[in-house]
Amino acid sequence: MTEQALTPDMAAAPSAQCATCPIYSSAQLVKLGVDASGYDYVIALAGNPNTGKSTIFNALTGLRQHTGNWSGKTVSRAEGGFRFREQRYKLIDLPGTYSLLSTSTDEEVARDFLLFGRPDVTIVVLDATRLERNLNLALQVLAITDRVVVALNLVDEARRHGMTVDVRSLSRDLGVPVVPMAARRGQGVPELLAAIAEVASGAYPTRPRRLPLRDPAVEQAVAALVPQIEATFPGLPNARWVALRLIDGDASITQAVRDGTLGALAPTMALA
Amino acid sequence: MQPITLVDLPRGASAQVVALHGVGPERQRMVDLGILPGTIITVEVRSPLGDPTAYRVRDTLIALRREQAQQVEVLLVQGDRS
Repeated sequence: MTEQALTPDMAAAPSAQCATCPIYSSAQLVKLGVDASGYDYVIALAGNPNTGKSTIFNALTGLRQHTGNWSGKTVSRAEGGFRFREQRYKLIDLPGTYSLLSTSTDEEVARDFLLFGRPDVTIVVLDATRLERNLNLALQVLAITDRVVVALNLVDEARRHGMTVDVRSLSRDLGVPVVPMAARRGQGVPELLAAIAEVASGAYPTRPRRLPLRDPAVEQAVAALVPQIEATFPGLPNARWVALRLIDGDASITQAVRDGTLGALAPTMALA
Repeated sequence: MQPITLVDLPRGASAQVVALHGVGPERQRMVDLGILPGTIITVEVRSPLGDPTAYRVRDTLIALRREQAQQVEVLLVQGDRS
């Protein structure tokens, strides 16, 4: 190679040479922009605000939309497509959210899609510099779906602050793949694609970490409620989650059960 | 002894959360922001009128209104702080 190979930027971002190299799996990535038709899998992109969701969205779809550092930037969901190893993927960029439990209007978009939109894979983007805070959402997502890939973003920034994350242990503890990334520089994108493909096809069997309920009485109440919810709203995913919200006194979920709008969520979200 | 809350803390002080007094969505919001019993919180910046105030919670700056901060009962953290 020439002296170009010695510059730090070459190591950071895949170059034109990389794209033609067969061992580099980004070569199998075809960015489809807004064209998300005829997809095989639906992938949701979730995470706390300001963790780099939209940067990852753009890296996979080739779109160059709406990245910026202000809150509520992605107010509704953005969609794009990509192809990887002969499979077509529809990618949904969701508004940033701290939690699936307490929601503002834009956070509700993320919550409803993750719960009732049945994505084939959910990517949870975590900020490596604020791991403790970010893991809250990761555990909430793992409670409602098996098919999760964790994108551990901003590892470059964490390193600058003297932090390294034990990715292997984190992956083992969460029971899902964890991909370290510096998405702004394109680092980790090939590994993320491979993880998405393996979880989507079932080649990577996930064992999501689920937190047990502390109170057996709550577990009994859930067991009593779930069959009733399933009978009232056939085909609704995550009846257990709905039961827990009812027991917790969640006003918006209680209202949605009472007026029947909860049943409408599943089909409309799936069609979108 | 009168329990102290986040609003009673001077700038730069650190305290440990003892209890959250809010209910429903307000309480859940605090928990989602990482404020729960045992959490250490530092008063970082206070606006001129003292409302809102920015607190450091788990390596993130979070602004709370006075009514929210009053819901968080704390215990002053003793010991040396650089």
